[in-house]
Amino acid sequence: MHFDWAFTLQILPLLARAALTTIEATVIGYAFALVAGLLLALLRRSRRRWISWPVGLFIEFIRSTPLLVQLYFLFFVFPDYGIVLSGMVAGVLGLGIHYSTYTSEVYRAGLESIPRGQWEAATALGFSPLRVYTNVIIPQAVPPVVPALGNYLVGMFKDSPLLSAIAVVELMQRAKIIGSETFRYLEPVTLVGLFFIGLSLIAAYLIRRAEWRLSLAYRITRQNPTK
Amino acid sequence: MAEPIVQFQSVTKRFGELVVLDALDLDVAPNEQLVIIGPSGSGKSTLLRLLMTLERPNDGYIKVAGDYLYHMPRNGGLVPADVRHIRKVRANIGMVFQQFNLFPHMTALRNVSEAPRLVLGLSKEEARARAVELLETVGLGDKLESYPAQLSGGQQQRVAIARALAMRPRILLFDEVTSALDPELVGEVLGVMKRLATEEDQTMLVVTHEMGFARDVADRVCFFDGGRIVEQGPPAQIFSEPREARTREFLRAVLEPGG
Repeated sequence: MHFDWAFTLQILPLLARAALTTIEATVIGYAFALVAGLLLALLRRSRRRWISWPVGLFIEFIRSTPLLVQLYFLFFVFPDYGIVLSGMVAGVLGLGIHYSTYTSEVYRAGLESIPRGQWEAATALGFSPLRVYTNVIIPQAVPPVVPALGNYLVGMFKDSPLLSAIAVVELMQRAKIIGSETFRYLEPVTLVGLFFIGLSLIAAYLIRRAEWRLSLAYRITRQNPTK
Repeated sequence: MAEPIVQFQSVTKRFGELVVLDALDLDVAPNEQLVIIGPSGSGKSTLLRLLMTLERPNDGYIKVAGDYLYHMPRNGGLVPADVRHIRKVRANIGMVFQQFNLFPHMTALRNVSEAPRLVLGLSKEEARARAVELLETVGLGDKLESYPAQLSGGQQQRVAIARALAMRPRILLFDEVTSALDPELVGEVLGVMKRLATEEDQTMLVVTHEMGFARDVADRVCFFDGGRIVEQGPPAQIFSEPREARTREFLRAVLEPGG
């Protein structure tokens, strides 16, 4: 079987449009995971057992079950209970929730690295617990874990083809449709691979930039004291 | 003695089996400079940390500026205080720590201006003006935009003092604030504290190993051992004619190292 360049050019626009869906689902899902992950990490640290315990259980449960199963639940099982989600919404939610449990562990490591003295100083100054987090703890805890958070963006791109299982016409689903209509899989699937390489590279580049910008402010706080 | 601004009434603090403070009674007068000395583990830092609410007492009462710190009156009796009450009473107190505990992601200026802005509700300009003035009085008017990591230990501790002062606390706590400093940097920090004591007559509770400072600045020196006040009095008496054998022993050990 030879590689048909004319056919490749012909399906390129179709796949490019599907790539936009992939990007949309991943970026929104990632934004969700960044926010929800931080919330989960904070709740899990709560001194109130009835908050921290169920949250910890939730995190472990989601982390130990496959994303595909979770997507099936959101898309195929939830409607039985009256919650009907479109493929896209179920997909974004599924990716977001699944990855928020990973990012929450990353945030947790960052939060735990902050010395006790920072809390004590903020308490002595009369900061409310919320202000301690927003103004003292989180600004110190997050910059060091940005690289680890960034890795999950790339990971999420690579998990997004799972959305094809719940009728979201993203890259993989589009390639499958093209294949079943034309009986040619080589070109569409190769293109899908190339699209993912491109997306991963772009994501990695953006993460590096974010890291660099954060480290401008961050590095200066980690210099050795001029004794 | 005027109405005390700080009162410990039979305060006990235990860590597990270990009794760190043993039914302690202590009054501090407004504008008094109280220096607390004693061997490590004698409960002197715990005393400050209880006042700052960084630890909770197991027993007893603490009064600050007329209010109970951990209790509030209700129906003629006292009940455990809620968070709001504790925060309100705690606002009378500021603290400077051994490890400085500056916020590393903020400039010196923001370290000092952040709490007045967020907690006291000062405008950005007011908070900045107050911070600049305080940093100038501690001799750091040229370090406003420096981050803590760019400052020496002595400079960091002076920022920390300015940060505590920015909240205008009626009572200021110093917890071994020179112990983490290189010897040549101790003087600049003690100098700032001495000026606070003599010029502002700031009420302060100072836990320290700097006996020279205690002698020069203190109105009263308390010698702690085993969670109790063994002896207290004016520095002249404590240092020249200590009554208790344990005090003499301790002073001999710290004043004549190796001797």
